Amino acid sequence: MTEQTVPQAPAVGEVTLESGAGGFGGAESQAAAVGGITRQTQFGNIRRRFLRNKLALLGLVMITIVFLTAIFAPIIATHPPKAQDLTITLQSPSSEHWLGTDELGRDVFSRIVYGTRIAVSVGLASIFLALVIGVILGSISGYVGKVWDTLIMRIADVFFAFPLIIGAVVIILVVGRGVTPVILAIGLFSWATVARLLRSSILSIRESEYVEAARSLGASKWRIVTRHVLPNSMAPVLVYAMVSVATAIVAQASLSYLGVGVPPDVPDWGNMIAAGQKFFGFKDYLWFFPSMAVVFTVLGFVFVGDGMRDALDPRLR
Amino acid sequence: MTADTSEPVLSIEDLRVHFHTDAGVVKAVDGVSWSVAPGETLGIVGESGSGKSVSALAVMGLVPVPPARYESGRILFKGRDLIAADEKERRAIRGKEISMIFQDPLTALNPVFRVGHQIAEVIQAHDKKVGRVAARAKAVELLGEVGIPNPKQRAREYPHQFSGGMRQRAMIAMALALDPLVLLADEPTTALDVTVQAQIMDLLIRLQSQRGTAIVLITHDLGLVAGHADRVLVMYAGNVAELGTIDDVYYRPRHPYTLGLLNSLARMDQRRTDRLKPIVGQPPSLIRVPPGCPFHPRCPFATDICRKEMPPLEPKDGPDHLAACHHSDQVALQQSPAAS
Amino acid sequence: MMLVLFGASIILFVCLFIVPGDPIATSQGEGRQLDPSTRAALERRYNLDKPLPQQYVGYLGRLAQGDLGESYVYRRSVNTILKEKLGNTFRLALAAIILEIVLGIVAGIIAAVFRYSFLDVLVTLSTTFAIGVPTLVIGLALQNIFAINLGWLPLQGQSAGAKSIILPALTLAGVETALVSRLMRGTMSEVMRADFIRTAYAKGLSKRVVILKHALRNSVIPVLTFLGISFGGLLGGALITETVFNWNGIGLALVGAIQSQDNPIVLGVVTYGVAVFVLVNLVVDVAYAFLDPRIRLE
Repeated sequence: MTEQTVPQAPAVGEVTLESGAGGFGGAESQAAAVGGITRQTQFGNIRRRFLRNKLALLGLVMITIVFLTAIFAPIIATHPPKAQDLTITLQSPSSEHWLGTDELGRDVFSRIVYGTRIAVSVGLASIFLALVIGVILGSISGYVGKVWDTLIMRIADVFFAFPLIIGAVVIILVVGRGVTPVILAIGLFSWATVARLLRSSILSIRESEYVEAARSLGASKWRIVTRHVLPNSMAPVLVYAMVSVATAIVAQASLSYLGVGVPPDVPDWGNMIAAGQKFFGFKDYLWFFPSMAVVFTVLGFVFVGDGMRDALDPRLR
Repeated sequence: MTADTSEPVLSIEDLRVHFHTDAGVVKAVDGVSWSVAPGETLGIVGESGSGKSVSALAVMGLVPVPPARYESGRILFKGRDLIAADEKERRAIRGKEISMIFQDPLTALNPVFRVGHQIAEVIQAHDKKVGRVAARAKAVELLGEVGIPNPKQRAREYPHQFSGGMRQRAMIAMALALDPLVLLADEPTTALDVTVQAQIMDLLIRLQSQRGTAIVLITHDLGLVAGHADRVLVMYAGNVAELGTIDDVYYRPRHPYTLGLLNSLARMDQRRTDRLKPIVGQPPSLIRVPPGCPFHPRCPFATDICRKEMPPLEPKDGPDHLAACHHSDQVALQQSPAAS
Repeated sequence: MMLVLFGASIILFVCLFIVPGDPIATSQGEGRQLDPSTRAALERRYNLDKPLPQQYVGYLGRLAQGDLGESYVYRRSVNTILKEKLGNTFRLALAAIILEIVLGIVAGIIAAVFRYSFLDVLVTLSTTFAIGVPTLVIGLALQNIFAINLGWLPLQGQSAGAKSIILPALTLAGVETALVSRLMRGTMSEVMRADFIRTAYAKGLSKRVVILKHALRNSVIPVLTFLGISFGGLLGGALITETVFNWNGIGLALVGAIQSQDNPIVLGVVTYGVAVFVLVNLVVDVAYAFLDPRIRLE
């Protein structure tokens, strides 16, 4: 568990002769702590550590590429993604069709490019949904506590018990296929973790000494929550959010692969992989490139998420 | 509390331990020498960051060597230099001939193993011939010796079931199980209540007189040292400021830092309206230690030579009372607050 | 726990039976015309002519007796169908868990003990990548390399005995092994910085004993709980893996049932999955108390 380093104010006029914090690396950190190293702002520190992490930077670049592709899809794509041409089906990559054509003569490259739109929108929207629900319920649970806490956590348990894919499948059965149901489904089965994370964060911070100090100085409950509790508890939630986007994108592609995601004519990586599996072994490019697209996008978010976690608490490395 | 003035059982000579970190070289211990004789208690006093813990860890060989480096010095024990010894030798000494107890007994004991087992472990680690049953029996016996009631039952319990004082007693039992020659005690009572502190110290002194163990008591508490040590070493910024018997150092301080410490203590006979007299300033960063005497920025007696030359540790008031100050004669003129 | 199960089943039931579409028609095959009396008979047989709440109560009653109903498509008891496939899913889950334990824990320990060394970097990087590659892609890639190109292992199905379980197990275990490894590394690194480790060294114990006894025993606790929960999920059926490898388990049955709107099977599989998950969670909770003496006394 991460220790809370409570800033200790030396009493006025008293020579502080306290020994430094214990811990195995105690002697070393004692030495560094006492040193007159200039204080930098916490946020600046975090940003610096993040930017120094090469993998995290790479992830950032990767995510940017995906985003830009999604936004500028019409410009980047070489052909309309849904345009069928039965005279040129199943062609290998060529200069005309960079990644080949599928079984209905559609350009694979363009479909992959447009696929970023589904991936990005589903990924972000579902996590947004999960965050909104999770943060609200988690805050109530953690800060107000008591009856609400038990109630909310019990409900969260129900959603927790469902493996993501199965739960999503059920929702989709009800609401039908399409983008919105997928977003709904993923969001509904992810909020529980967000709420739990936030709740445990809040619980540990709520009792910490600097909150007690703020309270004793007369800060109102609202102020305490917004200025002290929330900013510090959000850290693990944000890291989880990053990784969750990755999970959401994978879930979405998997759902489409199983046939319960977006309709088959919509350019979506999962769809493409499912269709491509029929030609396993001789037209491998059909499933390979969409797979790489998924991997590329997901890795980007994973790297960034890892980078964020390392930047927020380097000791956890 | 009389010391046995025979050959020292453990001595450190000019030890330098530097940590090479990203931010720079931390000179945690920079030219420290001390020794302790059998049956004697040496108190090492200093602020956090003064290097007092690191020198003890160095004796045990527990300083992590990739960031740290032993730049110079010797650690002499039973005629051998421990720094030159290999890991196997050092391991044989740890826990058996030199033991250490630490500040927070709750975190210092493994929470998932029973207390009796943890004590038996040290016995069995050093003697393969001792069986489980025999080791357990000895552990129970030791728990009784350190004053834990119902030792047989307690041995089967876990650390979190013990109170703070009891845990520290258990740690002492573990450390003294094999009758070491030296016990290094790093802030043994800091995490405990005042009444329990006294009990623990009494226990240590009693065990010491029974077994003749040398004790190195590391603390920031001047009062604790005064009550329980024979000699005292004052450390500042990785260096030795002053070294001598309790009487020497407390009644006739020869280093401005010692004087400042003594003056800054709150006293029972002070008037309530008197203000406390702190030492101005802050201890230096061990990465950027000031040139010359490290205390000079805060010293009321500092002159030019103090800023340029590191004062050597020399006898100032008899052969066994040493201080590292260019102006100890001036310090001598100040009356020690302890003397009044 | 029962509350969770209850809640889950209500949600499920409501969802499934609100679904638009005519399960009777679909299950009899598209395009076939049903004459009214056959249709009425089928409806009566599956209780579809009764109002929804009554259907639910009936369902619960049967559920209490362990009867999961009858499949629309196969006209057989769901229990029977599932029982046939359960064995396969169980074998796969077991194989995957063993892989996760052995590979994951060992890799994690190595990475923690040799922190920042080449081995650690190797483990950390490969686990990061493994997390990023979806199970789906892992499965397909493994199939492609080992089954099609190298021909060492069978492409799909269970017929080849021990050989056929290798690829599916690796696929299923893939992502989670990486997670286990990271968790182990993280926990172990933290534990190795604890005070009691320093005490252990101070007692003169060898590095091997300190790591494998003192450090490991403390770090393994959260990892085991993770593995326990993971096993619970695996038993519920691995949809993707079973689909990719055509592994005749519960997950494959579920996917098929979804496409043919065979609601009883869908309901049955998901209920079973949730029940198993909840049960395994309970077991894990109890085991946790056993492993961590600090919890035991509460």
